[in-house]
Amino acid sequence: MKTFKMGGVHPEENKISNDAVIEQMPLPSQVVVLMNQHLGAPATPVVAKGDKVKVGQLIGEAQAFMCANVHSPVSGTVTKIDTCKDIAGIAKPAIYINVEGDEWVDTIDRTPEIKRECNLEPKEIVAKLKEMGIVGLGGATFPAHIKYSVPEGKKAEYLIINAVECEPYLTSDYRVMMEHAEEICIGVSILRKALGVPNAYIGIENNKPVPISVMTEMSKNFQGIVVEPLKVKYPQGAEKQLINAITGRKVPSGKLPIDVGCVVSNVGTAFSVYEAIQKNKPLIENILTVTGKKIPSQHNYQVRIGITYNDIIKHAIGALPETTGKVISGGPMMGKAIVNLDAPTTKGASSVLVMDEAEARRNPETNCIRCGKCANACPMGLEPYLFSALVKNGRIEEAQKHNILDCIECGCCFFSCPANKPLTDEIRLGKNRVRAMMAAKR
Amino acid sequence: MTQGILIAVVVLGVIGAIFAVVLYFVAQKFKVIEDPLIDEVAEVLPGANCGGCGKAGCRAFAEACVAQGNLDGLRCAPGGDAVAAKVAELLGCATEAGEPQVAVVRCRPCNVGEKRRSNYDGLKSCAFAHSLYTGEGGCPFGCLGCGDCVNACLFGAIKMDAEKGTPVVDETKCTACGACVKACPRSVIELRNKGRKDRRVWVSCINKEKGAEARKSCANACIGCGKCEKVCPVEAVHVNNNVAYIDFNKCIACRKCEVECPTGAITDANFPAPVNKEKPAPKPAAQPAQPQTTAGEATVIEKTTPTNTQN
Repeated sequence: MKTFKMGGVHPEENKISNDAVIEQMPLPSQVVVLMNQHLGAPATPVVAKGDKVKVGQLIGEAQAFMCANVHSPVSGTVTKIDTCKDIAGIAKPAIYINVEGDEWVDTIDRTPEIKRECNLEPKEIVAKLKEMGIVGLGGATFPAHIKYSVPEGKKAEYLIINAVECEPYLTSDYRVMMEHAEEICIGVSILRKALGVPNAYIGIENNKPVPISVMTEMSKNFQGIVVEPLKVKYPQGAEKQLINAITGRKVPSGKLPIDVGCVVSNVGTAFSVYEAIQKNKPLIENILTVTGKKIPSQHNYQVRIGITYNDIIKHAIGALPETTGKVISGGPMMGKAIVNLDAPTTKGASSVLVMDEAEARRNPETNCIRCGKCANACPMGLEPYLFSALVKNGRIEEAQKHNILDCIECGCCFFSCPANKPLTDEIRLGKNRVRAMMAAKR
Repeated sequence: MTQGILIAVVVLGVIGAIFAVVLYFVAQKFKVIEDPLIDEVAEVLPGANCGGCGKAGCRAFAEACVAQGNLDGLRCAPGGDAVAAKVAELLGCATEAGEPQVAVVRCRPCNVGEKRRSNYDGLKSCAFAHSLYTGEGGCPFGCLGCGDCVNACLFGAIKMDAEKGTPVVDETKCTACGACVKACPRSVIELRNKGRKDRRVWVSCINKEKGAEARKSCANACIGCGKCEKVCPVEAVHVNNNVAYIDFNKCIACRKCEVECPTGAITDANFPAPVNKEKPAPKPAAQPAQPQTTAGEATVIEKTTPTNTQN
């Protein structure tokens, strides 16, 4: 069975919310839509205080190159355009909307019927992705219209759909595949058409036998979709590792996947592409897992963007257990601890993971014993122990020479370290320093 | 026997002579002419290599001084006026006595006990914590308390107050080299003039958020109300971006602003008595500070100076 060549670890899977069917999260009385829903510059608000908006109406326009449109997730009145603190507590521009009813824009097709035919040209597809504000839902929220506009002189040969979901606990991709297999396959066909590639490969880890069979069965009805079961290993869902696992190609240091002819998108993105192209529905909802070992029930929700984490927790489990140590947005390996639970969800949010104090606590750091486990675990072939020493001593240029910027921050080094050294933290600090140094030289 | 020794002496002597000739010509060819003044200047510098002057070390500073021929724009903060005078004497130029400075922390501890909104358990580095989130107290401008400044200080002048979570500067050790200022990712630390009798007043908050927002994360935050600006007799205080700043070149340390400040964001150091906040009228409160402007009364104050005052 295929997998990536170098490094990797196998954390406890903890996919305890696999069987929780996707439920609809009820609307709160107010939503806050951040203008920074994506990687890049914030969108520019195009509504004013007091405006009435409908579900799916454009409220933030992408004016910079690296930017994506933002649409209203609810219908109601814009109460203010101000800043709102995000999950890290940092103020970001946002639009506050009071919810009144649930009135959708007329162009959006809300019928449950599945539309298979797509007659749009590749360029039209990309333009529509831009219009609908589609971003990658794998975590990086990279604007899709930029990813699918292949730069001149480069050619896409592979379309890879990432349904690996290698992060422990997360099950949103699992549920989407179980419940929307056909839509995903249509979305993949549309993306395949946009790129003009013969085959699309859907990579799924072998610990999800049911979605594999569902997707394999469904893909038989479509041309050029291959479901590729992969050996379970973290971080298989990282872009470069998935490319290596499926095509055997290696993305060189400092290059992008398109340089080796690959484009990778998340399975959730494929579903939102289907909704955007076939149903005219902008990206205003995503699937979010509410999970944790010590919470009373496990859930998968379809959540409109802009609902606060507090609202979600309140609806799902009532209140946080008293022993809660951390609430994490994303998985336990790469997710971010939420400092401010009053922050709204964004397009890229994939989970609310409630961790118990004992589970969340970091063990005390001891000295490096030069065992080399971190170097063995690193899927990029780097030497984390070395970076740790270099960064601590301010030898930033040397760290750059040893390709510190290639680090994908997957956390395998920290996970495997018997001395509990915060290696990933140190490397991230080093990366920041290297970038600052490069900016200063320029 | 003697012949063997003789051969050895001759052979080694010849080799020695050849090398001597080679070394002589090499030394002539690659001779580096260095101003002996550089060595003399380097001799009088503190030799801490702190980099506070912006040069790579004390030797580089000496080279720069000699190349320039005067001390314009060059100052050795740890050495202060004494070193500046010695260097000026060697260079044969004039020097102006600079105002001695000290590092001050512009943040009041707020993230203590119950006020803490989150617990940080990541890498103990302010630069890293700053890239992640706002801080344990929720203030996006304030001190993160991980001690980057403590690590940066080569003179051991900064210690972290474990209880309060903010750094404390030891004035006797601080040389105003500025290493901590560079190390702080949030520019919480500033170099300010020590002030007359080491007495100084500063705004210990740099939160640029609007008043209500700033108060949410910290009870001691500057809310930009502008009361201090109005009460200042010498126009040293100005409110910009919702935060007050006291210009230390203009400030006469009268502490009128400190009395007026509703949140206690203005801090002083080395005054004999704490500012009297009970009496709102500016006159009585201003009295302990005013005498400093007159030489006669200043001596009276000096007698009452408590032990924590330097000098």
